[in-house]
Amino acid sequence: MAGDAKPRLAVFKLASCDGCQLQMLNLEDELLEIAGAVDICYFLEARSQVLDGPYDVALVEGSVTTEHDVERVRDIRRKSKMLITIGACASAGGIQALRNMHNVDEYTRSIYANPSYIHTLSQSTPVAAHVTVDFAINGCPISKEQLLEVLTALLIGRAPQLPTYSVCVECKRKGNVCLLVARGIACIGPITQAGCGALCPGFNRGCFGCYGPMESPNPDSLCQTLTVRGIPRAETLRLLNGFTGWAEEFRSAAEKLEKASI
Amino acid sequence: MTATNGTRTIRLESMTRVEGEGGLRIEVRDGRLQDVRLDIYEPPRMFEAFLRGRSIREVPDITARICGICPVAYQMSSVQAIEAALEITPGPGIQALRRLLYCGEWMQSHALHIYLLQAPDFFGMESAVELAGKQPDLVRRGLELKKVGNALMETIGGRSVHPVSVCVGGFWKVPRRNEMLALRGRLEWALKASLETVKFVSSLPLPEFKANYECVALSHPREYPMNAGHIVSSAGLDIPLKEFEQVFLEMHVAHSTALHSVRAEHGSSYLVGPLARINLNLNHLPPAARQAAEESGIAWPCSNPYAGIVARAVELVMTCEESLRLIDAYEEPEPPSLPYTVRAAEGCAATEAPRGLLYHRYRINDQGIVQTARIVPPTAQNYRRMEDDLRLLIPGILEQTDAEIVDECERLVRNYDPCISCSTHALRARIVRS
Repeated sequence: MAGDAKPRLAVFKLASCDGCQLQMLNLEDELLEIAGAVDICYFLEARSQVLDGPYDVALVEGSVTTEHDVERVRDIRRKSKMLITIGACASAGGIQALRNMHNVDEYTRSIYANPSYIHTLSQSTPVAAHVTVDFAINGCPISKEQLLEVLTALLIGRAPQLPTYSVCVECKRKGNVCLLVARGIACIGPITQAGCGALCPGFNRGCFGCYGPMESPNPDSLCQTLTVRGIPRAETLRLLNGFTGWAEEFRSAAEKLEKASI
Repeated sequence: MTATNGTRTIRLESMTRVEGEGGLRIEVRDGRLQDVRLDIYEPPRMFEAFLRGRSIREVPDITARICGICPVAYQMSSVQAIEAALEITPGPGIQALRRLLYCGEWMQSHALHIYLLQAPDFFGMESAVELAGKQPDLVRRGLELKKVGNALMETIGGRSVHPVSVCVGGFWKVPRRNEMLALRGRLEWALKASLETVKFVSSLPLPEFKANYECVALSHPREYPMNAGHIVSSAGLDIPLKEFEQVFLEMHVAHSTALHSVRAEHGSSYLVGPLARINLNLNHLPPAARQAAEESGIAWPCSNPYAGIVARAVELVMTCEESLRLIDAYEEPEPPSLPYTVRAAEGCAATEAPRGLLYHRYRINDQGIVQTARIVPPTAQNYRRMEDDLRLLIPGILEQTDAEIVDECERLVRNYDPCISCSTHALRARIVRS
């Protein structure tokens, strides 16, 4: 991003919890420096100034769940040179994609007294299901260090370097004892992308897939191992159908597991 | 902003410096305010539906995702509701650690709102970024306070957004005593910075505004309420948590994907959050916070919503004081989590989220699978009260330009620190004049 003018940055939100945008504000030591290095043109949570596109970089949080948001992501794409999804919702459909496996009308009726007031799509989908995404930062929430790496890389004009290997690698580096092997605890770390620093295993609990599928995972093999270790099928299914459950690799593994048992 | 056929319409696409997205619509006819409403268009996420069929072991991880700013609140209300169903009560060590974790969340959330979201209003500025250009030390103090709150959350929960340590019965793993003591120095700084914060917000020119609020909050005989207590109000209400749904009713209105709560008895609005909490619990503030409240120049109980920023600052002092006290007394709870036997049951709980009362109820089966879930977030309880406040504000400022009216309305709503993401499990302003 050479040139004299500062890169124009925009931060958008779709269906989500705000947590990934908050990770930008959680860069307390770097925030003011970032604000000095780029023009933050659009970031509703942080500032009232709203500048129209085109933008050099758009960060998009949240999944697409309404007709209106389908239009919004198309508009964001048109206005942005580079579109980066931040977090499990934008990159994989998020926890709210659990609706995709159920009847949304029934969901709406169970929560809202007047379902006719509610306009929502039957599925919660990642941004990439609608427009081209240039880069995805995974995680529920994203790691602020990864966000900083991506922003820094863009500012100096190199490719961002994020891990594509599994949580297992982080576990080994930390010297954690493998919970699955040593204690028979269900863990989907072997197929989940690193980035959290093997947080949950450090808390004596199995990974539940916040960062989504790693590059070329082998979920079928893991499912077999979990079965052999005596993990109930329902528990494995819930782990796969979690925060990134709509990601292709996790979804197809869950479908296969469900069919295999019929 | 557009004007057509004598009907004056003002549209502000989205309210800013609030958490989540939504709008505001104001209708004026013949110079009189006809209608005002908050348009909550943030997409519904339907947590209560997809919680069904999930294991109680997963519930605190799932409910955390309702809100990135107050995930601990959702974890606390949900695990305690399930513990109520299972009739287990974690011991004082676990309860103290939960209060510490909650203190961290209040600290980062309040610091974020005071310094990054609301302070710019008092300087006529559009953001903390602009404010930092003029008063860098002020904004840096706010960021550092936020960082200390986050550090407390990270030490106990592994990370500040969606921490991973909380489970039904207690914690998956508890921090070592020396890890907690290592935070002491930063918390001592934070206590001083919080006292400075009270002085700073007390010096701000708060607009005059008087409303008649029914304040609602938890109350506890021995402590400032967070995780325990019963529900009281300034109108004399005093009920156990299990009566929440009889006393407060959720209404579904056409312009909102968030439900609106009212008092069931007379359909009236009520106020939850820091101002309501201090009004009802002034005597339970720890000493430094109590003194700061008294020296703030605010006469408590206070019914000026703009004093919300002062209430939040006083609570910031409270969280630092409480954290230091709890850390000094901290001993690693053993076991970190209370064992339990799963059975079919139903239970509810309410805790004080940074933005106010947060109620959860769950019915589970004998396999520990959720059958029904009910979640009433603080912002949904405040929407009706926000609209009532706007109804009081707007008639007095109708001579102003549309842009000025929108700005005043946004400022007023910002007092509530609304979290729209929470309430839809959002703000866009429109004024229609004819």
